[in-house]
Amino acid sequence: MTELRASGLRLAYDNRVVVEDLDLLVPPGRISVIVGANACGKSTLLRALARLLTPRAGVVHLDGKSVHAMPTRQVAKQLGILPQSPVAPEGLTVIDLVARGRSPHQSWWRQWSATDEAAVAAALAATEMTDLADRPVDELSGGQRQRAWIAMAVAQETPVLLLDEPTTFLDLAHQIDVLDLVVDLNRGEGRTIVMVLHDLNQACRYADHVIAMKAGRIVAEGTPSSVVTPALVSDVFDVRCQVTPDPVSGTPLVIPTGRHHALTERETQHSR
Amino acid sequence: MTALAIRVGGVSARVRPRLLGTALVLAAAAFLLFCLGMTIGDYDLSVAKVVAALFSQGDYYDRVVVYDWRMPRALCGLFVGLAFGMSGAIFQTITRNPLASPDVIGVSAGATTAVVGGIVLGIGAGLGTQTLGLVGALGSALLIYVLAWQRGTTGYRIVLVGIGVSWACTSATSYLLAHAKLYEAQQVVGWMVGNLNDSTWAQATPLLIAMSVLVPVTLAMSGWLRELHLGDDVAIGLGTPVQVARLTLLIAGVGLVAFGTAAAGPVAFVALAAPQIAKRVAGTPVPPLVTSGICGAAVLLGSDLLPRVLMPDWQIPVGVVTGVLGAPFLLWLLARANRAGSGG
Repeated sequence: MTELRASGLRLAYDNRVVVEDLDLLVPPGRISVIVGANACGKSTLLRALARLLTPRAGVVHLDGKSVHAMPTRQVAKQLGILPQSPVAPEGLTVIDLVARGRSPHQSWWRQWSATDEAAVAAALAATEMTDLADRPVDELSGGQRQRAWIAMAVAQETPVLLLDEPTTFLDLAHQIDVLDLVVDLNRGEGRTIVMVLHDLNQACRYADHVIAMKAGRIVAEGTPSSVVTPALVSDVFDVRCQVTPDPVSGTPLVIPTGRHHALTERETQHSR
Repeated sequence: MTALAIRVGGVSARVRPRLLGTALVLAAAAFLLFCLGMTIGDYDLSVAKVVAALFSQGDYYDRVVVYDWRMPRALCGLFVGLAFGMSGAIFQTITRNPLASPDVIGVSAGATTAVVGGIVLGIGAGLGTQTLGLVGALGSALLIYVLAWQRGTTGYRIVLVGIGVSWACTSATSYLLAHAKLYEAQQVVGWMVGNLNDSTWAQATPLLIAMSVLVPVTLAMSGWLRELHLGDDVAIGLGTPVQVARLTLLIAGVGLVAFGTAAAGPVAFVALAAPQIAKRVAGTPVPPLVTSGICGAAVLLGSDLLPRVLMPDWQIPVGVVTGVLGAPFLLWLLARANRAGSGG
């Protein structure tokens, strides 16, 4: 199984250091979710894992080889990345977009092999986009568009798949659709998945492994129930909260306290 | 059915009937215009005689007229159009903006300034227009790159900086012209509008040599082009060496414009319009590289033929025709881009 590991990472934009001395071993074959407040470096870390960003120090290893030193095409056969809110050219159809996912497996004489066609068909089916295959991507709804992009990453057939906030700008139903699809990809095909999510409760439900970041460092990682506690949420998000078991999945459910709306003692009695 | 799979042994391709049809029709049109252009002149030739001469058949005198007198002009039209069309497709795809064509953002203007400077100041007269054009185009392209191409540059930034560079080059050219001797100015102005009237093998030969290198090199990189228009992050994710790909494609694009400009002058609007026409006729989301080139060739040959048929005594330069046809096209494109709010 493909192993993705970061050691001693230092990541910066211009002169601003965002991540300092970070070590991470992504559990193979599991779903890992990176959480943290805005600007904590979670997307930056994902971009570095996907070689979209070159580290100032440290190294990202894919099966023991540096992703920044390997030929980028070689990496593309093992590791797929869906960046945040990608934009397709006007008029590009879903099937053409998904077919681009086959690029790393193609050469100038082998542009559309039977394997390519089968992989694209499978990706469209997995994302339930088969019926929309001939529609232009820019004419789809937000949820459909995101599924089309995920289908492209699926067609790439990489053992490791990185997703940067795949649910952002989607309504609740589409968020759940996308996350369920991610679980299918993980369970059905054993793909290693790393994603950045904003919603802590969704992270708890869908992650096998939660990575909590604050100010460019990993402050805790492990199973959702071992990581997500009132103390950690207070530390990482600066929010007081209660954590109870999710009535559906049994995973931690974070309920922020806030300054208003808390029930008085008498109302609490009454509601019981 | 938008695409068909073709597989023979280990070779496979995805063929779009509409794109292939567009390319074939445009290629047939370009070939027809290529032959028609060679029928015109003091010595009357039919299309059949021209075609016969092309295949080394027919009358000896016909062949002399075709090869020695008329073919350089037709070849220049064909390959300058091809070069401008392909270059336009490269620039428009990389910047994801139809206005970022080499003739709008100052790459052609840079070539013009260098060539005019060479003629007027007598610098590098021995170098010839090819070298000067190449140096000028590369220089202005480099300037645009340095000024506009910071991390995450948008297409519009390149257009704005490019228009600035274009005007700076135009001013420099005007200044040089103001200091030129009358006969020099006359020589330069004739070239500056884009002109095939005086094309001989002296222009055609270097153009053919340059194209025989640049066109295959560009075609070999067309896969990168297809991935780059999805944006840098996605392209890297798909295994494209983005920095190398963009730089080599831009150098090829600049080379195409430079050699085209050196042979025929900065013929207006072909690099802008040909890819957009090809894209709309073929129904593709981005300008198709080869079809854009063929479209450019057809547009240039047609624009060169039109005044020779309608106004044979006037000697109207091809650049005037493309300018007259291209200006309304540009306005239409701008209006459309504004409405869509996306630039294309």
